[in-house]
Amino acid sequence: MKDAYWPLILVLLLAVGFGVVAVLMSTLLGPKKPDPIKLSPYECGVDPVGDARMPFFVHYYVVALLFLIFDIEVVFTYPWAVYFKKLGLFGLLEMVVFIAVFLAIFIYVWGRGALEWE
Amino acid sequence: MIVAIIVVAVKLLILFAVLMLFVAYGTLAERKVSGHIQDRLGPYHCGPHGLLQPLADGLKLFFKEDIVAAESDKILYYLAPMIAIVPAILAIGVIPFGESITLFGRKIDLVVTDINVALLYLLAVSSFSVYAIVFGGWSSNSKYPLLGGLRSAAQFISYELILGLSIMGVIMVVGSFSLVDIVHYQKSMWMVVYQPLAFIIYMIAATAELNRLPFDLPEAESELVGGYHTEYSSMKFAMFFLGEYANMTVTSAVAVCLFLGGWYSPVSFLSWIPGPIWFVVKLVAVFFFLLWLRWTYPRFRYDQLMVFSWKYLLPLALVNILATGGVMILFGGI
Repeated sequence: MKDAYWPLILVLLLAVGFGVVAVLMSTLLGPKKPDPIKLSPYECGVDPVGDARMPFFVHYYVVALLFLIFDIEVVFTYPWAVYFKKLGLFGLLEMVVFIAVFLAIFIYVWGRGALEWE
Repeated sequence: MIVAIIVVAVKLLILFAVLMLFVAYGTLAERKVSGHIQDRLGPYHCGPHGLLQPLADGLKLFFKEDIVAAESDKILYYLAPMIAIVPAILAIGVIPFGESITLFGRKIDLVVTDINVALLYLLAVSSFSVYAIVFGGWSSNSKYPLLGGLRSAAQFISYELILGLSIMGVIMVVGSFSLVDIVHYQKSMWMVVYQPLAFIIYMIAATAELNRLPFDLPEAESELVGGYHTEYSSMKFAMFFLGEYANMTVTSAVAVCLFLGGWYSPVSFLSWIPGPIWFVVKLVAVFFFLLWLRWTYPRFRYDQLMVFSWKYLLPLALVNILATGGVMILFGGI
């Protein structure tokens, strides 16, 4: 059975089914005795100060952008890797050029300090 | 067609049962291994040598109170633990664990389905795991989970890049995304011999993706209490751990398929032992390695972790691709 994709639907049903049932089971089986202190967010025993959803360090956003840029490059490399044996030397030279462009971006990003973490 | 569906369903259920067994006894193994590494016994009282401990833990967690933190984002709060387990179960659909066998005159492949984009599928589903941690961290409306979730998102995507690049060498050598083809290629020689650098990079990136020590910054219990699952209780709390151990099992299985010869025996005079047994033996070895690593190395600092991925592993993975290509051209393919 080469290249049959329909079994993956069964896998998906099993995975989602297990997740939903296990989470619902615990809500049904456990006792329910809520009180305001129990439900308050944990802050090492003191009363929570302010809202937890505060502004965060902007560098996380930079990392996400870098990931988008570089991951697309990786995705382009996959088809090349599968056909590498057929492409031969020409393929390798093409990839050297591609990685040179990749490295140029990388060195620029590095030089601008986007990889530093302070 | 009906028979084909039944065959697939049976294979899937068996794999699922084995996965759950690995998850249950993975938690016990973690505690036992950590115990013995620290010169203690670990869990000992439930059953002989604590062998029934996972059952006791599971039952206990089902009957614990399910706390929904105040002002939490209810939908995401319930969604996060479900997503934590889903990617690992999705992944078992494409992992081959033995040569095809003939049973009642039917040829049965020992893999749920052999698709030619198996590796792409694995990478795609494994990247879902990050949502569990980010949703869990964000929806709890608590400060520690939020920090854990943010750290994890950045760490996860950085190392996912490395993971994707590290397996490129394997794909170049084999010329296929299908895990079955990749294992068949390793019949005479393991891939780790051709791709040692890729194997090292893959193991580092995989450890980071699993949030295991030395890369467990999302949890970092000494600074973030419990990280992204601080506000979770009962089975929802357990789901994150089920997910972690299921992901460990799947990652170990993928490492075995890609680099350690899958179900083939390492030496020819032992090849009478069935393939699935070899597969499980290698899987347990890689799993143990992950446990061992946890209790041997201290935690990275977060900036070191990010710099390590971007400045060292990324160029190294690129070098590996070019070196693999160069060697294959020079020596006429491996």
